Amino acid sequence: MNSLVMIPFVPLLLGALAAIFLRGWLRNSLMLIAPIIGALNLMGMEPGVLWSLEFMGYALEPVRIDKLSLMFGYLFHLASFIAIVYALHVKDTVQHVAGLAYAASAVGAVFAGDLLTLFVFWELLALTSVFLIWARRTDRAYASGVRYLIIQILSGVMLLAGLLIFAQVNNSLLFKSIGLEHQGTAKIGAWLIFLAFGIKAAFPFFHNWLTDSYPEATPTGTIFLASFTTKVAVYCLARGFAGEEILIWIGVTMACFPIFFAVIENDLRRVLAYSLINQIGFMVVGIGIGSAIALNGAVAHAFNDVIFKGLLMMTMGAVLHMTGKINGSELGGLYKSMPKTTILCIVGAASISAFPLFSGFVSKSMIMAAAVEEGYNVVWLLLLFAAAGVFHHAGIKIPYFAFFAHDSGIRTTEPPRNMLIAMTIAAVACVMLGTFPQQTVYALLPWDADYHPYDLTHILTQLQLLFFSALAFVWLNLRNMYPPELPSTNLDADWFYRKLAPSFIKPLARNMYGVYDKLELTAIASVKLIIRNSYDPEEAKPRGFFAKLWPTETMVAWVAILLAGYLILYYL
Amino acid sequence: MAEDNEEKYFFDDPKNIKKVLKVFYFICALLVLADFIVHRHIYHSWENIPAFYAIYGFVGCVLLVVIAKEMRKVLMRKEDYYDE
Repeated sequence: MNSLVMIPFVPLLLGALAAIFLRGWLRNSLMLIAPIIGALNLMGMEPGVLWSLEFMGYALEPVRIDKLSLMFGYLFHLASFIAIVYALHVKDTVQHVAGLAYAASAVGAVFAGDLLTLFVFWELLALTSVFLIWARRTDRAYASGVRYLIIQILSGVMLLAGLLIFAQVNNSLLFKSIGLEHQGTAKIGAWLIFLAFGIKAAFPFFHNWLTDSYPEATPTGTIFLASFTTKVAVYCLARGFAGEEILIWIGVTMACFPIFFAVIENDLRRVLAYSLINQIGFMVVGIGIGSAIALNGAVAHAFNDVIFKGLLMMTMGAVLHMTGKINGSELGGLYKSMPKTTILCIVGAASISAFPLFSGFVSKSMIMAAAVEEGYNVVWLLLLFAAAGVFHHAGIKIPYFAFFAHDSGIRTTEPPRNMLIAMTIAAVACVMLGTFPQQTVYALLPWDADYHPYDLTHILTQLQLLFFSALAFVWLNLRNMYPPELPSTNLDADWFYRKLAPSFIKPLARNMYGVYDKLELTAIASVKLIIRNSYDPEEAKPRGFFAKLWPTETMVAWVAILLAGYLILYYL
Repeated sequence: MAEDNEEKYFFDDPKNIKKVLKVFYFICALLVLADFIVHRHIYHSWENIPAFYAIYGFVGCVLLVVIAKEMRKVLMRKEDYYDE
């Protein structure tokens, strides 16, 4: 059996190669087969090191298999299959190649057994995915892609610096639990790696690359983007920093602050980008708590989130694809012409809001239960608030402003069939994961812990929370207190590098350039002056005394001066 | 397409919206009622408050929206703010 096993990322990479060279139905079928073969390949794998080698005296394990990496491996193959189906109608080769290569990099990253291999895939994630943003081919998307790339590469450089320090101190590059408790330079290394992971996980103040670029990508590209980068970061945090208490507070912040931005954001894909950060917040809290049930909850939620967030992104991508509009202020009433998309969107909304029988219910609750169990009362209360807020902005706002609300008068049709099929697969997966967790997502969980989401208390309390959140929405709407969708930009932490820093740096750079310009002019003028003083162009003769003599004459004169000097020194 | 526009859809009729809302209010009422009938497991002392989750969800969401509305006064700029 083992002889048939391929390196995990190879099938997807071959799919990317097929996308470069082939066209038409052959390309489509090979792209679809790639993730299926990849997933079947994983089924034949036993935990252990599949590939190891030595590099400059360090043992490397480019492919290491364990339950945690296998879970993310399956997830990424499922996610890439759905995203490929969703993108099949696209003619743009760049997007197909970038999408598959990006998926392959994500698979490579979660099976990397050492930090150096992880770094290589870390950078490949950035380099392949940026083309999904640039493929929109607008000025905004280009600028946003450049900002995205700079921040992603910065994260990679920090990872590289951290791993070099670690290699020096520990004399090992293997990727095991790192933790933040170290002394001396090792502490700097650990923090660099922690922050590198944190940038990709969209920690507060490092989160704007996500809300900036994901909504600027192509309708199909965003599905790939929303599935991989942040989930690789969650995986890395779970492996490297499980049980670090600071993660609990970072995670709670991530779960709470984006929901405020999501309520006032107009671009519905940007609303989903904010809610993506909010969901990662739940996972980060789980990793920070660090008990078996909390870690299981974190990775189970990552698994479910990729599917339901992908579904929501796909429905909004379908709206954008069919109407060319994505702002809540310009949409509304689309249920009349896109009823299937509407229903699929509501399934996604129910899943992210954690309605019983939908996928969010069985994973979010593990994290909440772990928080209560470990005595984090304030954390639990804030997560409960965040859970209500998710329903409010992602569960109600997205379907309501796109498909219902006031009729925008837009009449369109359902999206292409491949898009509908992809959304249906994701919707069925959401219900299956939520209804039969023991047979699906729980079966993949890496840590041993028993958890049963379906008891009367949990179902009742969750329904109360959700229905009364909805009641708040209805009440605010009927009293005209709900903030209307307005065409606007909301300031966030990216203001510092998109407005504040340029407003300092631009005048500074302008002044520096002015000074440099003046310096250059002065230098040129003084060189010209020297030339003019030493050469007479009218007589075509040099002006200087020595320049008028022959070289031999000059020589004689200097020798005479030297000898005279020597004579004087001799008598002194 | 002209016929399409004249077609009446479900939510075009205000009566239908009222019906849906009535069903919704009824479910909300049932859920609160259930709180007094079903014996919930209590993991945390705050959960002893009757209908704790319903109150928390409602108040939390109203606060969320009110605060977000206030944030707009500080944070909202024109759509092309960064493009200038």
